[in-house]
Amino acid sequence: MSGSTPTPSAAAVPQAPSRPGVTAALVVAGLAALIAAPFLFYPVFVMTLLCFALFAAAFNLLLGYTGLLSFGHAAFFGGAAYFTAHAAKVWGWSPELALLLGVAGAAGLGLVMGAVAIRRQGIYFAMVTLALSQMFFFACLQMPFTHGEDGIQSVPRGMLLGLIDLNRPLAMYFFVAAVFVLGLAIIWRIVNSPFGMILKAIRENEQRAISLGYSVARYKLSAFVMSAALAGLAGGLKALVLQFATLTDVAWQMSGEVILMTLLGGIGTMVGPVFGAGLVIALQNRLATSDFPVTIITGLVFMVCVLLFRRGLIGELAASRIGKTLGMRADT
Amino acid sequence: MTMIFGIPVQALLGQLLVGLINGSFYALLSLGLAVIFGLLRVINFAHGAQYMVGAFVALLGLKYLGIPYWVALVLSPLIVGAVSALVERTMLSRLYALDPLYGLLFTFGLALTLEGGFRWVFGASGQPYPVPASLNWGVNLGFMFLPVGRAWVIVASLVACLAVWALIEKTRLGATLRAATENPTLVQSFGINVPLLLTLTYALGAGLAALAGVLAAPVYQVSPLMGSNIIIVVFAVVVVGGMGSILGAILTGYMLGVAEGLTKVFYPEASNIVIFVIMAIVLILRPAGLFGKEG
Repeated sequence: MSGSTPTPSAAAVPQAPSRPGVTAALVVAGLAALIAAPFLFYPVFVMTLLCFALFAAAFNLLLGYTGLLSFGHAAFFGGAAYFTAHAAKVWGWSPELALLLGVAGAAGLGLVMGAVAIRRQGIYFAMVTLALSQMFFFACLQMPFTHGEDGIQSVPRGMLLGLIDLNRPLAMYFFVAAVFVLGLAIIWRIVNSPFGMILKAIRENEQRAISLGYSVARYKLSAFVMSAALAGLAGGLKALVLQFATLTDVAWQMSGEVILMTLLGGIGTMVGPVFGAGLVIALQNRLATSDFPVTIITGLVFMVCVLLFRRGLIGELAASRIGKTLGMRADT
Repeated sequence: MTMIFGIPVQALLGQLLVGLINGSFYALLSLGLAVIFGLLRVINFAHGAQYMVGAFVALLGLKYLGIPYWVALVLSPLIVGAVSALVERTMLSRLYALDPLYGLLFTFGLALTLEGGFRWVFGASGQPYPVPASLNWGVNLGFMFLPVGRAWVIVASLVACLAVWALIEKTRLGATLRAATENPTLVQSFGINVPLLLTLTYALGAGLAALAGVLAAPVYQVSPLMGSNIIIVVFAVVVVGGMGSILGAILTGYMLGVAEGLTKVFYPEASNIVIFVIMAIVLILRPAGLFGKEG
């Protein structure tokens, strides 16, 4: 795939100037919902949702803003979950340090996988990332520190900075919420920086970006590593929330799930992946107790999304009349 | 006992056979993927699911209708091919104008749905498919015992692969197909029904997957998860071979199957990942793949 075909993007969304008032109001409403959520819903459910929302947003940084479809993001999410869980449980590290180790580990993995994968474009890139993450899966299956099929169980949440006891549900919740907001803020900052502009240029027309003198490979690799690190942040956080890290987190199905979340919410939109993650997690939660396989529904949703609304929920909303009246811009 | 590199010859030849059998499936599946990709520019993620459905059609046909193995070998690819043609006509064909990634995502969704559906109805555990009596014997070659059922898989896959290769490279239909791959608009302007050609190609690829599924039924267990287990390896095979060449896809399939089998003898811990490692090395040294063209 050269730059001649349009990549999945929010390019169809009208580029009207975003009204700062509307954006600010949406951000305030979002923060209010974040503060109110643990009092309305089961906190662990909301925390899980936030982890996956961050994961999807990190993935979207690559797919939505750089035009690279990675089919291997489970390696970063699950890998970081293992690293964080191991550091917190076996080495007795404090949660923030364990989390940082997870991020660093995911970034390192991202550097290695990315360096190999960016040698091919388009669907080959997707297949290479899938194969590399499957390799990591088998490695996790055999390495002793992951405890194979059992995974790392009963990971301690510990004391944040040695001061705050994260075993208190509300303390844990607000820690997770803060990390989530921080993660999204970083992504927003990257997307709206000059660096992010170059990523979008690569997404729209890779050949032209090369001819303008940008070293495209280096930009792609940087985006890949950033996305991997943020996915690792989400994964490490998840290990602290649910207090375990298992093979499920590194399996290819997880890579598929994060694609679905992003696609459903809206590729290349800022908040789309958050809503997509919410829908997918709620669905899994609903079906968790029945023996009806979730994959039937996720598979069907995939097909319907690809066939009928490729812009996703938020993308469609922004392109609709309501969105236009509000001057919404999905990609910022 | 004769030894080579400190390994008993029997064990070596045994794993070589296993490798060749796995390679037969890799070759058949990557051939189907390459044929579909060549014309449709779609990576058929549902290939593994179609392979699984092919095996299930054989199993259910035997169980409920008494359809023997040899009939299933023809019938199952026809059924899976026909259903896949329907899917292509009604849904997949709408995505050709878009980025190829959407085709990948659509077929991924299809694979998830099929796998989930079969798991729901038949459970996740594998079911054995009895080896047909005509294949349930072996030959003592003197240095090893060769089960004919295993040898049959290798022969059948080779014949199928060569037949498809000849169809595409040596016949008039194949010439039209190749022309349509190069320039669909021009071929259509000669009065050739290109959309029909696309449908038939997808059916052919899916039928090949189903054929591999029937061949696999007596060798492995028939399980809803058999497809997703193999398809990722086949993706790696396709990346190594490069999808530009039919013969390349076939050769790479056998080669990597044998490489995997030999790794099982010399360093069993790495046998799961050896194909992925080879893929990474090939990508670093020759990004277009062993037989691929750049682009």
